[in-house]
Amino acid sequence: MTDAFASKSTPQILRMGLSDFLVRFDDRLSDQANRAVLSLAAALEAEAWPGLVELAPSLAALYLRMDPAQCDPCHVEAKLQELLATRDWFAAPLPPGRRIWQLPCVFGGAAGPQLAEAAALAGCAPDQAIAQICAKPLRVLALGFSPGQPYLGSLPTAWDIPRQTELTQTVPVGAVVVAVRQIIIFTAPSPTGWRQIGQSGFRGFQPKNAPPILLRPGDEVQLRSVSAEAFAAMADTGGICEPLP
Amino acid sequence: MNRALIVESAGPAVSLQDLGRPGFLAAGLSPGGAMDPQALAEAVALLAARPGDAALEMGALGGRFRLAGGAARIALTGAPMRAKSDGVPLRWNAVHMIEDGSVIEIGACQEGRYGYLSIGGGIATEQVMGSRAFHSRAGLGQAIAPGMQLPLGKDTAPTRYGRMLPADPRFQGGVLRVLPNAQTALFSPAQRAAFAATRFTISARGNRLGAALALSDSRHMAQFTLAEGLSLLSETTLAGDIQITGDGTPFILMADCQTMGGYPRIASILPQDIPRAAQAAPGSVVEFRWIDPSEALSLHHAWRQSLARLPAQCLPMIRDPADMPDLLTAQLISGVTDGAEREPQAERPEK
Repeated sequence: MTDAFASKSTPQILRMGLSDFLVRFDDRLSDQANRAVLSLAAALEAEAWPGLVELAPSLAALYLRMDPAQCDPCHVEAKLQELLATRDWFAAPLPPGRRIWQLPCVFGGAAGPQLAEAAALAGCAPDQAIAQICAKPLRVLALGFSPGQPYLGSLPTAWDIPRQTELTQTVPVGAVVVAVRQIIIFTAPSPTGWRQIGQSGFRGFQPKNAPPILLRPGDEVQLRSVSAEAFAAMADTGGICEPLP
Repeated sequence: MNRALIVESAGPAVSLQDLGRPGFLAAGLSPGGAMDPQALAEAVALLAARPGDAALEMGALGGRFRLAGGAARIALTGAPMRAKSDGVPLRWNAVHMIEDGSVIEIGACQEGRYGYLSIGGGIATEQVMGSRAFHSRAGLGQAIAPGMQLPLGKDTAPTRYGRMLPADPRFQGGVLRVLPNAQTALFSPAQRAAFAATRFTISARGNRLGAALALSDSRHMAQFTLAEGLSLLSETTLAGDIQITGDGTPFILMADCQTMGGYPRIASILPQDIPRAAQAAPGSVVEFRWIDPSEALSLHHAWRQSLARLPAQCLPMIRDPADMPDLLTAQLISGVTDGAEREPQAERPEK
């Protein structure tokens, strides 16, 4: 059976409001579409078009903010069409300059009260669930909802589990939650419809630090399971960051 | 001591605002900043100040503020509020000199939603991520509370006061011009037409994140729902976007909104009409009118030019406003100018 998350789309160029654009590679979560978003963002950064003031990747689309005083949207659309036609973005390599973050995490127990429930929905035991989630690095598909908050993916297809119907009133900063083949690590206390399976010491948004926001779209995050005792004894639980080769 | 504004009391929605923090969308932070940036531009023109100075944004209700450490010029812009200094009424949309130790009292909005108190030299608290703006969603900056002492920056034009700007009415709702966005095509032509043919009321549920719209008969909201609406993949969201929530209720996203969202967005408000949307108080009626992108661009360029001409539109206040019974009438303006410097009203957004 083919992966239901493999993309079959062709990219769409969509006008947004006055002069902005969205390049949508897919209307569903797709690993290839997310890779395409990151590759196109890197290419556009390198091209530095006049009037292009901001780029924002989301899960499967790239937003371009254009200054209408500096460009004609019709020309932008034509240039985007040209650039998109230069290669198969779904097969493009991920851009250089990405990093990998090693993050210790306590799964289950008080740190992850819904681990067993989430594992059952994914059709496995809690230990297997931890092994699957920590099996390989997950990519930062996008940052959003709160500043610096990563959507990590994609987990194996068994993890296409729904959100809860009821919201959890609040999860703490650093909470590790799961749904729809993705992990979120919260950067601020928040209510959530996702299930909390663990707790990390990661603080992705520290406004007074430089940089204030630690992760970038395209970075990878390797979660490492540690016991609550070992976690409590660690001097720094914020994670280690290294450049990806 | 250095000059400071001491907060003796403040309404629940008073915060420090400037032009916000553009450029962090990819990191998940919306720009925030003043809900009515035009009011900040008007204050900059009145004060001959630097764009980007921080001012007090006052939602619905002002407060009592005492000046310490020296005199200061203040500009009052945005939604008109009743203002006095040591008991003497202060004209809105004007710049005044306030003596050291004086108390500025600002009451409730007479219309609209957000009034602004700007000070020559700006409010000079520490910047975080390039701005002093309070961001309610990200927890950046501070809401204003009694007891705070807000340091003031150096005034670069201290002798320029006693001037005013003609009012640019945008405080009672009205027509908001809208453009298609990346999700508009998900709605049927009939839905898009119905959206522009409906008179909505601004509901009481609203803040710096956004404002919900209401209908006298809420059953009619269902016509705006999208069958696949709840399973859309999250995409970039912007202030001025109008998202349709699960039951069909439109919700206008405002300055502190989220950066990604999964609700479908039927339209985006023309940027220069966002102040009018933000200033529409609960209960005011708004309607949406589709305009085509090329018309929108020429309107936008004209609006940018009219903002650049604001300094030239400032007029001297030749009489003590406290003596005048009809402060808000147009006679005040036409009596002191030949009109040559003022923009024709037609250049401003029409009702």
